Amino acid sequence: MIRLAALVKHFAGATHPAIDHLDLAVAAGEICVLIGPSGCGKTTTMRMINRLIEPDSGTIELGGRDVTHMDAVELRRGIGYVIQQVGLFPHMTIAANIGTVPHLLGWDDVRIARRVDELLDLVGMAHAAFRDRYPRELSGGQRQRVGVARALAADPPVLLMDEPFGAIDPINRARLQDEFLRIQRKLRKTVVFVTHDIDEAIKVGDRIALLRDGRLVQHATPAEMLAHPADAFVEDFVGADRALKRLSLFRCSELARPGRIEGAPEAPADITARDGLALMLGAGARALNLTGGGVVGIEDFLARDTRSLGGAPAPPARP
Amino acid sequence: MLIDAWRYILAHPDRFGDALWRHVTLSAAALAIAATIAIPLGIWLAGQARLALVVINATNLGRTLPSLAVLALTMPFLGTGFVPSLFALTLLALPPILINTYTAIRQVDPDVIDAARGMGMTQREITRRVVVPLAVPVIAAGVRIASIQVISGAVLAAYIGGGGLGDFITAGIAMMQLPLLLVGAVPATLLAIGADFLMGRVQRSLRPRGIA
Repeated sequence: MIRLAALVKHFAGATHPAIDHLDLAVAAGEICVLIGPSGCGKTTTMRMINRLIEPDSGTIELGGRDVTHMDAVELRRGIGYVIQQVGLFPHMTIAANIGTVPHLLGWDDVRIARRVDELLDLVGMAHAAFRDRYPRELSGGQRQRVGVARALAADPPVLLMDEPFGAIDPINRARLQDEFLRIQRKLRKTVVFVTHDIDEAIKVGDRIALLRDGRLVQHATPAEMLAHPADAFVEDFVGADRALKRLSLFRCSELARPGRIEGAPEAPADITARDGLALMLGAGARALNLTGGGVVGIEDFLARDTRSLGGAPAPPARP
Repeated sequence: MLIDAWRYILAHPDRFGDALWRHVTLSAAALAIAATIAIPLGIWLAGQARLALVVINATNLGRTLPSLAVLALTMPFLGTGFVPSLFALTLLALPPILINTYTAIRQVDPDVIDAARGMGMTQREITRRVVVPLAVPVIAAGVRIASIQVISGAVLAAYIGGGGLGDFITAGIAMMQLPLLLVGAVPATLLAIGADFLMGRVQRSLRPRGIA
């Protein structure tokens, strides 16, 4: 869906190129997370896709078409855009904010109003209560929901999200991530998602592209990246607890075997393996009974090679 | 003394009416011309960082000139009467409107503009639908400041034959007649206060809903 090839961007006055021969492909319906330390070029890469920044050389293809040959305004109207600061228009109602792109595309008012209500409901905001309010009357989390709704308004196939949940407190951030993933399962957009938070990347990404100094260091599924970091930089970036982080990608039910152990604590079957392990450690127990049947023992984390779950090959032996 | 002034107005309704009308039209025309020039210029300058620096600094310098000096400086070039007065008053009204417009446009949240551009608004649509509506309260404040300056400055137009309420003041001073001076001074003051009040209302009504 999106294909970047030999992309180079050198900002005037900078000693090193911001983007240095970057190749990256994002499949349709996939969330690709761009991550890396600040200054790695992740936001620059994203902003070149909708031509807010023009590359010096290289190509950017969107659905097989070279974006540099498209009208920039036309191109952007076909791409959803969400930024960390949300950038809602403070002088417009929530409805007018969400209806911005449909309005630019010349939809009639009835169609826009219907679409606005549909989107507010989609992002979990009662349309009757919110459509005539103004951004400043909303909480940060609500504003970000409106930002997502606004990006989805004209049903673009591609979504660009620049740290969309970065300014939200951790509890609401987790909730927004869950809601976003729920919406994504329904809509299957092709998403480029910029973040600097590795936990967020692991949670939302179908694939993670780790950048450093404008170069792609590793492009892999979260499970793969955690199991087989390409080099010491990736290993350091994903953190020393990568084995634990990896457990958050699996459900306890995936590790369970039949049976029941008397006296062991009970846990919902759909909690992550990481949370399951934490529960065991917290309770001082060696096993968990899963609600609805099955049991997970501490030895299941060891005996079964959890590192090979998720389709990644078994890791090479490390000295 | 105020009663004497009131008696004078009653005795010369035409003369007073003409002067008042002259004062109002002179001020309103100067304000209208200045706004027509300064608002578009300010919007345009906001996108020209280097040129703006020069223009805004020059304007600020111009702002320090006393009103009477501006009026006096136009006389050698344009002579006396309505037109030179109008010209001088327009010059007086330009700086506050220009500076407020420029500042208002510049202080619009860049993230809001980035979002607008990223969603596919053209530069023109960004200016018209986002930037200008958000800048309107501060621009209106500039017009408000200018209106007070112009109404008080118009009193001085009498010195270069522009007419208006200043005629009574200069005459009152020349003849040492305090009541005659008040015939000019009190209505001119009330006019300035009234304009300030009116422009305050306009400013509030122009402020888009949703902006605190």
